[in-house]
Amino acid sequence: MLALQILIDGFAISALYGLAAVGFTLMFGVCGVLNLAHGGIMVIAGLVGWWAAADYGAGAYGGAAIGVLAGLVAAYVTYFAVVRPIQRSRVIPRAEEEIFLLTGTLLWGIMIQVGSDYVFSNNPVTMRAMIPGVMSIAGVRTPRNEVLIGVVCWAAIGLLTLLVNRTRLGKQLLAASINPRGLTLLGFELSRIYLVVWTIYGLLAGLAGVLLASFIGVSSANAGALTASAFTIVILGGLGSVPGSLIAAYVVGYAETITAYLLAPTLRPIPALLILVVVIYVRPQGLLGRR
Amino acid sequence: MRHRWMTRAGVGAALGLALAFGAAPARAAGKGPIKIGVIAEESAIVGQSISQGAQLAAADINAHGGVNGRKLQIIVYDDHSSAADAVRAFQRAAEQDHVKAVVTTFISEVALAIEPWAARLHMPTITPAAASDLISKQVHDNYARFKYMFEGWLAAPDLARAVCDSSHDLFVKELHMKSAVIMSEDADWTKPLDAGYKSCLPKAGLKVLDEIRFNPDTTDFTPIFNKIEALHPDVIETGIAHVGVQPTVQWHDQQVPIVLGGISAQATNPTFWKDTNGAANGVVTQTGTVAGLAITPRTLPVAAEFVKKYGRFPAFTGFTAYDAVQALAGAMRRAHSTKPDAIVAQMEKTNMVGTLGRYGFYGRKSPYTHALRYGTDWVPSVFMQWQNGKQVCIWPAKLCPNKMEFPAFVKSVHMAAK
Repeated sequence: MLALQILIDGFAISALYGLAAVGFTLMFGVCGVLNLAHGGIMVIAGLVGWWAAADYGAGAYGGAAIGVLAGLVAAYVTYFAVVRPIQRSRVIPRAEEEIFLLTGTLLWGIMIQVGSDYVFSNNPVTMRAMIPGVMSIAGVRTPRNEVLIGVVCWAAIGLLTLLVNRTRLGKQLLAASINPRGLTLLGFELSRIYLVVWTIYGLLAGLAGVLLASFIGVSSANAGALTASAFTIVILGGLGSVPGSLIAAYVVGYAETITAYLLAPTLRPIPALLILVVVIYVRPQGLLGRR
Repeated sequence: MRHRWMTRAGVGAALGLALAFGAAPARAAGKGPIKIGVIAEESAIVGQSISQGAQLAAADINAHGGVNGRKLQIIVYDDHSSAADAVRAFQRAAEQDHVKAVVTTFISEVALAIEPWAARLHMPTITPAAASDLISKQVHDNYARFKYMFEGWLAAPDLARAVCDSSHDLFVKELHMKSAVIMSEDADWTKPLDAGYKSCLPKAGLKVLDEIRFNPDTTDFTPIFNKIEALHPDVIETGIAHVGVQPTVQWHDQQVPIVLGGISAQATNPTFWKDTNGAANGVVTQTGTVAGLAITPRTLPVAAEFVKKYGRFPAFTGFTAYDAVQALAGAMRRAHSTKPDAIVAQMEKTNMVGTLGRYGFYGRKSPYTHALRYGTDWVPSVFMQWQNGKQVCIWPAKLCPNKMEFPAFVKSVHMAAK
């Protein structure tokens, strides 16, 4: 019974971690951008979705749709106002671009956090569950919403896999991640591919933010922790590797759930950090990392 | 080189002049306003209520002639609930802005970081919400040094007593409950709270089956609730303030069949219903007061003023900060002075009608020196329940005749009755 409980509870939270990390790692893999405003974008999606549903009567689904859209808009703003100006700047030396991108997105993330503090206060809020009620899975009482979250996360990840592996566009993304210069030599517009990645990223981060808000709630104060959690998972899985991130998300999710059940809820965040230390020590490129 | 030296000399002279002129009005400040610093987190509703409550009190006091012929002026500093920011703000308030007293924070860890600075800078300081008993214990153990610190809300041992007193009437006598599990966030204020729970709940008639402490960063409460449910308690007595929305929503979404009681500070916020999309329905918590309840003749007028000025009912800190500023003003009035030791001496004699009860502090003999007095003759502590979007007062019976109502999934209510 306990094992089954751990299995079910760990699944939903891990799927959510996975969804949140996949966009983050894709962004690094293809565009070379470590977006430290990641948590901020998720928080915006959750807060705007909650606000639309609670204050404007958009309903659970309408609120979720508006939230995802807000995530997309926030991602576009991040790209056009922060990332692209740094990438196109003639003043910033090529070698220092990554540091500028890190600093730029970090500052932008802080601005998002302080801004949403101001607009929404840092009170945590939760979105209404899209499917209320509970169901019994082999005797374990599970909220229907948790099942839905697992399904939606995996559907989104599945769609992304299909897109990357089975479509022309996906092949361009893969090529861009392996050798961007080669792709430009073949006559592809790199900036167009970047825009596609930011679109996919925005939708994924928005969806993750909205699901997070309906499962465990969001607050502007979470922005930093959400970035850190995605960062941990992505480092663990190997920077830029989508399957690696998914495996890492499940390792972290289950490590946390097992600790909370079998040891003590106070120790919940510790094992993931220990695993991270060990992985960085024995396999610095991460579980499935290339470099 | 010479040029640079001259510039430096010029700057020095300018600074000297500025200091000389700056010092003149400072010396004449005896006729200027008396400044009180408010240090709290402005983006949290509990913190915002602190500065708003303080400003409301100052406006009321100034409308009635001020203090000893001088106006009160509130200076607000945002500490983002960070101890480092709070201490920096405290130093600035004392040394640059020359405040005569400070009202600060709802977080015990922050209050404990400020306490030694209140001692060093001889600054009368009162926290309108931080509940750790360490704050008042330090005053008791080293009075001469720490006497400048006051706790303007019930200290954790008294909060535990209030929970036990109310649980006896509400859960044991009325619902025939027998057992409880303690569920608290791992923070300074819950250590004495849990210790209090463990000693007084059995006396109140509730056997404590387990004490579960969790990381305040916890977001997924499923494992905790499953663990508690396996123990089959009748009620979960909480001690939570850093978290609140998440456990409540998950309690509701997972349909945990156990009453959620104790202290859930976030649930005292009037916005809590909306923040949880109504998942709060049935949650019981200790609080300061609820809308419409007249604990003293001052409760309703102050609440009405608050709603008129700020557009909404305050968190409980709105009332405690209001009372804190009134108490400070009263002490300055009686002392005819704004000297720290004179203010402290008069603060200790405070015995006024506050917004949440009769307002006064424990004396030097109490182990909780300078903490707010609890009891039916002092601050009674109210328990409320969220019922269909409203905060309904359910205890003490003398003030609150309302009955408890629970959502259908909370089966422990009917199980215990059988």
